Amino acid sequence: MPIFRNRYLPYFFIAPQIIVTLLFFIWPALTAFRQSFFLQDAFGLKHHFIGLKNYYFLLASGSYWHSILITLLFSAVVAVFTLGLALFIATLVNRVVRFSTGYRVLLILPYAVAPAIAGILWRFLFNPAIGICSYVLSLLGYHWNYLLNGKQAFILICIAAIWQQFSYNFLFFVASLQAIPKSLLEAASIDGANVWQRFWHVIWPLLSPTTFFLLVINVIYAFFDTFGIVQTVTQGGPANATNLVVYKVYSDGFLGMNYGSSAAQSVILMLIVIFLTVLQFRYAEKKVHYQ
Amino acid sequence: MIKHRSLLLTIGTHVILVLWLFIMLFPIYLALATSSHNEQSLLHAPIPLSFGHHFLQNYKLVLFHGLNALGGIPVWVMLKNSLIMALLIAFGKIIVSIFAAYAIVYFRFPLRMFFFWLIFMTLMLPVEVRIVPTFQVVAEFHLIDSYWGLSLPLIASATATFLFRQFFRTIPSELLEAARVDGAGPLRFFLDILLPLSRTNIAALFIIMFLYGWNQYLWPLLATTTGDMSTIVMGMQRLANIADQIPQWNYIMATAILALLPPVVIIIVLQKLFVRGLIDSEK
Repeated sequence: MPIFRNRYLPYFFIAPQIIVTLLFFIWPALTAFRQSFFLQDAFGLKHHFIGLKNYYFLLASGSYWHSILITLLFSAVVAVFTLGLALFIATLVNRVVRFSTGYRVLLILPYAVAPAIAGILWRFLFNPAIGICSYVLSLLGYHWNYLLNGKQAFILICIAAIWQQFSYNFLFFVASLQAIPKSLLEAASIDGANVWQRFWHVIWPLLSPTTFFLLVINVIYAFFDTFGIVQTVTQGGPANATNLVVYKVYSDGFLGMNYGSSAAQSVILMLIVIFLTVLQFRYAEKKVHYQ
Repeated sequence: MIKHRSLLLTIGTHVILVLWLFIMLFPIYLALATSSHNEQSLLHAPIPLSFGHHFLQNYKLVLFHGLNALGGIPVWVMLKNSLIMALLIAFGKIIVSIFAAYAIVYFRFPLRMFFFWLIFMTLMLPVEVRIVPTFQVVAEFHLIDSYWGLSLPLIASATATFLFRQFFRTIPSELLEAARVDGAGPLRFFLDILLPLSRTNIAALFIIMFLYGWNQYLWPLLATTTGDMSTIVMGMQRLANIADQIPQWNYIMATAILALLPPVVIIIVLQKLFVRGLIDSEK
C-alpha cells in the first residue's frame, strides 16, 4: 500500500477522534478506576482512600450478587428466546416466495424503537388496570399485577427486550440464510435428505458463526442496552426483582450518591465488556478462516 | 401428491408468519389506536382496540401545548432537540471516523498503532459503564444542558473507524499512484477521490448512527436538567413516572408514537441502505 509522507497532516486528521476518546472515554474510565478505591461523601467535598473496600463491600453484599444473578438469568432468557424465534421465523421467510420483502420490512421495525419506548409500549399492554394482556389473563383466571409480583415484572422486561432484539437477530439470520448456496440444499435433497435433515446437517452448521456472533451481541444487549426498559417499566422493582446491574450502577451512583461503590461496579462492568468483546473478535477471526 | 403437500406447507408457513407479524406489530398498532381516544374511554378494561375520534386533537395538544407531566414543554421542542442531537452524533461520528481512518491507512507516523488501539478501546467503554465520571467531565466543561454536551461524549466510534479502514484498504493502490502522477496531494486525494468513493458507505453508516443518536436515553437523562433541553426519548421517563397516578395513556401513547415515527419511517424508506449499514458495521 503506497502512502503519503507528511509530518503533521496525519496528526491533524486523527486528532479529533483521539481528543474525544481521551476526554470522554479514557479519562472517565480512569476516573472510575481511581474512584473505586475511595470513599466519597455525597457532595464530593471529601474523599479518602479505602483500598479495595468498595469491591469488598460489593462482593460481600447480597444485593449485588442478586443483581448479577438476575442479570445472568435475564441475558440467558433474552439471548435464547431471541435466537430461537428469529431463526425459526427467518427460516420461514426464506422459504416463501410471495410477500417475503413485506415480511422482512415489517419484522425489522421494532429495531427502530428505542428501548425506553419499547418499555412503555409493553407496560401499557400489561398495565394491571387497563392493559389488554392483563385483561385477557384475568379472563383466563390468572391474576396479573407486575407492580407487586417480582416474577411477573421480570417476565415483562424479558418480553419487551425479546420483542426489541428479535429484529436484529432476524435480519442477520435472513442475510446468512440467503448466502447459503442453493446447490448445497439441492444436492442434499437429491441424496434423499428431508426438511429436518437438510436443516440440521446443512443449514445449521453453516449458520453457526452467525449464531455465535448473535449470542454474544444479545448478551451485550441484555447487559447494557436494557437500561431504558428497566427504567420505564419497573425502576428495578418490585423489591429489586428487576434491578439489573446496569440499572444498579446508575441508581447507586446518581440516586444513592454512592460514588465509590458505583465506580467499583463500573470497573466490574468494564471487565465484563472486555471479556465479551474478546469473544466477539475471536468469532470475527473464525469467520475469516471459513471464507 | 407432492405438489399438494408443498402447497399446504406454503399456506401453513404464511399463516404462522402473519400471526407472528400480528404479535410483533400489535404493540405499535395499539399505541396508535390508543392515541386517538379521550381519557374517559381508557378508564376501565377492556379498552377499545379500534380508533377513536380524538386523534388530531390529542396530537395537537402534545405537540404544541405540552403536558403538565412533561413540565408543559411542547413535544415539538423535544423532537427538535432529538433531531439536533441525532444529527450532531451522526455527522460527528462520520467526520471524526473517516478522518481517523484516512490517517491510519494512508500515513505512517509515530504512535500510529498506539492511536489505533486507543480508538479500539472505546468499543469496550459504552456510556452505561462510565456514566458517573463522564457526567463529571461534561459538568467540568460546563456542557450540561447544551447540544455539545449531549453529543460529544457519544461521538467517538471505533465501529465507524474500522468500517472506513476496511473500505479504504479495498481501494486499488493504482488510484493513489495515478492521483500522485497527476500531482494530487493528500488533501486533494481525500476530497476528490476517497470521499466520492465512500458515498454509499457514508450514507449507510449515517442511517445507523442517526438511529443510534435518536434512541439515546441514559445519556440525555443525565446531561440535561431543564425541560426545554430534553429529548423525546428521555421525555418518556417523566411520562412513565406519572403513568400510574394520572392515567393519561392517550397522551403518553401519542408521545411514544411521535418518538418512534422518525426512525420507523427512515427504516421503511431507506430499507436497503439500512440493512447494508447494519450488516457492514458488524464486520
